[in-house]
Amino acid sequence: MSAEADISVSEQKDTATTKVPVAPSEPFMEKLIRLPVVLPLLTFVLILVVWEAGTRLFAVPSYILPAPSRILGGFEVVSLSRWVEHVWSTLRVALMGFVLAIVVSLPIAVGLAKSRFLSRSLYPLLVVIQSVPVVAVAPIIIVVLGTDDAPRVVITFMITFFPLVVSMTTGLMATPPELIELSRSLRAPVWREISQIRLPYATPYIFSGLKISITLSVIGAVVAEFVAAEKGIGYFIQFSTSMFKLPQAWAGLVVLLVMSLVLFQAVSLTQKILFPWSLPKERK
Amino acid sequence: MTQDAISFSEAGQTFRTDSGPLTALSGVDLSIARHEFVAVLGPSGCGKSTLLRMTAGLIKPTEGMVSVFGLPVTEPRDDIGIVFQQATLLPWASVEDNVVFPAKHKRGRVSRQDRDHARQIIATCGLAGFEKRLPGELSGGMQQRVGIARALFLNPDILLMDEPFSALDALTRDAMGFELLRLWQASPKTVLFITHSIPEAVILADRVVVMSERPGRVIANLKVPLSRPRDESSLRSTEMQEFMGHLRGLLIKDKVA
Ligand SMILES: Nc1ncnc2c1ncn2[C@@H]1O[C@H](COP(=O)(O)OP(=O)(O)O)[C@@H](O)[C@H]1O
Ligand SMILES: [Mg+2]
Repeated sequence: MSAEADISVSEQKDTATTKVPVAPSEPFMEKLIRLPVVLPLLTFVLILVVWEAGTRLFAVPSYILPAPSRILGGFEVVSLSRWVEHVWSTLRVALMGFVLAIVVSLPIAVGLAKSRFLSRSLYPLLVVIQSVPVVAVAPIIIVVLGTDDAPRVVITFMITFFPLVVSMTTGLMATPPELIELSRSLRAPVWREISQIRLPYATPYIFSGLKISITLSVIGAVVAEFVAAEKGIGYFIQFSTSMFKLPQAWAGLVVLLVMSLVLFQAVSLTQKILFPWSLPKERK
Repeated sequence: MTQDAISFSEAGQTFRTDSGPLTALSGVDLSIARHEFVAVLGPSGCGKSTLLRMTAGLIKPTEGMVSVFGLPVTEPRDDIGIVFQQATLLPWASVEDNVVFPAKHKRGRVSRQDRDHARQIIATCGLAGFEKRLPGELSGGMQQRVGIARALFLNPDILLMDEPFSALDALTRDAMGFELLRLWQASPKTVLFITHSIPEAVILADRVVVMSERPGRVIANLKVPLSRPRDESSLRSTEMQEFMGHLRGLLIKDKVA
């Protein structure tokens, strides 16, 4: 019995070592393609190739659509240290706005979830605030708060905080009522009901809100820079466009895109590492 | 003088709802002796859970009185444990952390003794070896064992169980019933056990209380004519078949009327 098993194992090893180097077998290619990054990456490369070829073939002027190679050239117009300065300026505002939004929305969400009175009186007000187009208010905020980080952080906060309040409140109310009764039957203090039951239960909801908000925070920072700034990627794009230096504006856009993706992944990773149980079960 | 563990006198509950007052329970008279096992049968919506929540001190009766060990219930007490229909465990906490949760939640910290005590209860509930597992990794029956272990953690004298096995498949449900009897015999407690199942009520309880449609009131309060210990064959006698038939008749008659 064990001898048979040994033989079959060594056979498998043999075929594996002899066949693979000569011609990659079907399963290997299939596996490679099924890796989550490979297919989107291939698609992306294909788009770049078509883009590059198309712009050259039809001689599209770079102010309409610069070729990827020209955009790459746009990165070199500005020194690396200047890029870092721009990135840091935008990133700083985005992160401060994001953190401010978390800090402010948590107590609001707790209030909305715990008190019928608050949810009746405060929630409609929040909807009204949310409905105000932030882009239109931005110049006013700049005038009121001056020209340093503060107004930009506030603008970012205004764009970011509503999805957070909604997702946190929904999450805090998603706790099974039995657990709340268990808490009451133990005569535990309310803050422990929140910290030990409601908040952990809200984690998946909170993270879906955080993922939306982190992307919005970059948008907020850029909008603020459009209105008033002398640094930052948003400012750089606007400045470049006004000088008709489109390839370099596109380079700025690429930087923003990467920044958003990295921030989003950072939030996802935080959830994966700190709260693995809060992820939806993988379907097989 | 023997004192009742739980007693309802003319107890009733009327909820205020958006569509006007709703009387869930009315004029309930019932007493349960210490260490007695009482099953409550009744159609859905007749106020069984309400009865249990009044006993737990989670809601106050709007008429009459509910007393536990001779004292009117005004707030939740430490000597009452609750088991819900769904185990409702904390999905992020291990089996052991779920069982010590009452200590952590009530006092804010967990001592070594708490952990030892929890492991002991976990073993009694047939969960030894599963201490570090998460609820999501357990079957429904196992999860409900954790739910029971959690209710037993503060060593309550009274155990309130609200259809605790009705979410389980038939075989697991029977097994859990006998498991509960074993626990109850090893460490006697006053049990108020709500169920939809006549055989379950009869095999477990000393006494079966039948409730009417809403507004719920007690329409029958019968001693189960069955000695202990009981097993699968206990219900086969003609006497038991007749007893269960009688209970079925009470429940159906009330439905038709
Ligand atoms: N908090 C509440 N507010 C309003 N109505 C309630 C409340 N709790 C229960 N009820 C109503 O009281 C009745 C009895 O409920 P319940 O005790 O849960 O019944 P059972 O457990 O027997 O199915 C139902 O009609 C239910 O809708
Ligand atoms: Mg019920």
